[in-house]
Amino acid sequence: MEGKVWKFGNDVDTDVILPGRYLIYTDEETLSKHCMEGLDPDFSKKAQKGDFIVGGTNFGCGSSREHAPIAMKGLGIGAVIAESFARIFYRNATNIGIPLIEAPGIADKVKDGDIIDVDMEKGVIKTSSGEEVKFKKLPPFMLNILNSGGLIPWLKNNIDDI
Amino acid sequence: MSMTMSEKILAKASGKDKVEAGEIVMANIDIAMIHDLTGPLAVEGFEEIGTGKVWDKDKVVIPFDHQVPADSITAANNHIFMRKFAKEQNITNFYDVNQGVCHQVLPEMGHIRPGEVVVGCDSHTCTHGALGAFATGIGSTDMSMVLSTGKLWFKVPETIRFNITGDLKENTSAKDVILHIIGKMRADGATYKACEFVGDTIENMSISDRMVFSNMTVEMGGKVGLCEADEKTKEYLKGRTDKPYEIFKTDKDANYETVDIDVSDLDPQIACPNHVDNVKDASEVSKHVDQVFLGSCTNGRIEDMRDAAEILKGHKIAKGTRMLVIPASREVYSKCLDEGLIKIFVDAGALVTNPCCGPCLGGHVGLIGPGEVSLSTSNRNFKGRQGSPDGEVYLSSAKVAAASAIKGEISLPDN
Repeated sequence: MEGKVWKFGNDVDTDVILPGRYLIYTDEETLSKHCMEGLDPDFSKKAQKGDFIVGGTNFGCGSSREHAPIAMKGLGIGAVIAESFARIFYRNATNIGIPLIEAPGIADKVKDGDIIDVDMEKGVIKTSSGEEVKFKKLPPFMLNILNSGGLIPWLKNNIDDI
Repeated sequence: MSMTMSEKILAKASGKDKVEAGEIVMANIDIAMIHDLTGPLAVEGFEEIGTGKVWDKDKVVIPFDHQVPADSITAANNHIFMRKFAKEQNITNFYDVNQGVCHQVLPEMGHIRPGEVVVGCDSHTCTHGALGAFATGIGSTDMSMVLSTGKLWFKVPETIRFNITGDLKENTSAKDVILHIIGKMRADGATYKACEFVGDTIENMSISDRMVFSNMTVEMGGKVGLCEADEKTKEYLKGRTDKPYEIFKTDKDANYETVDIDVSDLDPQIACPNHVDNVKDASEVSKHVDQVFLGSCTNGRIEDMRDAAEILKGHKIAKGTRMLVIPASREVYSKCLDEGLIKIFVDAGALVTNPCCGPCLGGHVGLIGPGEVSLSTSNRNFKGRQGSPDGEVYLSSAKVAAASAIKGEISLPDN
């Protein structure tokens, strides 16, 4: 999949992804209007379906609010790519079917506005300069969840075995 | 068969004799907590899965604490939705707007026991590790699986054991020690890991102080923050729970990393904007404060209220500074009343509100505006955390917060 890069820094926390005052909402459309508002108030107006959010280390640290990845899902973000992720955000995004790509080295190789190509099967990101960055594929258990479209569809298919 | 405390608890919960770090297990959940803010999404997911009934109505705990009492029609609607769910599912332990902050209410009301697996739709669920429970924050979709099946998958975490030694100086408290540790470890220094807090400093601490450590474990990325249950733990649990529990301890020859920390020379610390690991000696920071917030699941307990009241007694809050005091629960509030602490706060010019999360997460009560500075005893200082993204949040102990309220700027308590 090909898409545009929206670049952010290290330690992007869930409060800047989706500020606390919007947690009273649960619907994807309302939440998406406030996506990344803490760092870029106009982000939701600029981002297009299939775009990538690229961060540094510890992306998604902080709160357990699933509202944060839901806001990204509402905008149709293709994947979040970072040097590393915080634990709860990583699970939450996977659980609702957003691919998270841990790609050490990516932060120095792409900049805001770059067009990159992400090959989930091969585990490779091709940058706008043609450079390739390899990433770790998800563990099989999580890949199963993601390929099912998230935890709920996965659970519906597997509930008798649990 | 050597195992860490986390490995032992997860082995028991998943019906295995032995598990080791890195392994994925499907564990039985002992307590699942959802609150007014993250509950609605979890309930929507639960309804989508379609099992009809929660797996165990006695093991689901629902406190309202983030937006209480409702401050908007949307918040009121969330409350109505959650009350309806609690009633339909016949949830045994439902606490409406009058009980307090979830991480204070759960242990107080006897829902936390050593050796159990606790999950909550709130990242500070790790607080309950202070009583020896494997307790961690999860998202709403994970919770919808728990509500439906009583199970959740976990990657068994590696363990970092913080061996903390030394007597604390008079004005140094548990908050200063954990801020110091986070400053050293950085915000992702313990990501995915189980943190254990051991050593004579921890052994000598109250359960309340241990909760400060466990509570803030997530600020360095930790999955759980555990203290070994001891006589103090048993004493705390007496009269709160009559269910049997099992105490687990890490075997000496288990696989873990050790970090030694001597705290005998540590002075009060401050986390500066906009990250919790931006920690400095409080004496190095000079800053006017517009608002001081004493409360939260980190430092809103009776011990914190006593610390602050001792400093505030007979003093007035500085002109140009406002102070918000929010006892973490009804039990804490009631003790404050019995001990005359509320009068000290009110006489000093502080505003005392009902038990709730307050401005901690910037949703309700006492938000800050552009250019304003908040000094808070809570656990996060991210950009926009307590209101305007152009405001600033500093984090400190209750003692430093009280001293700063009197001076109107970040200050140390007088000896």
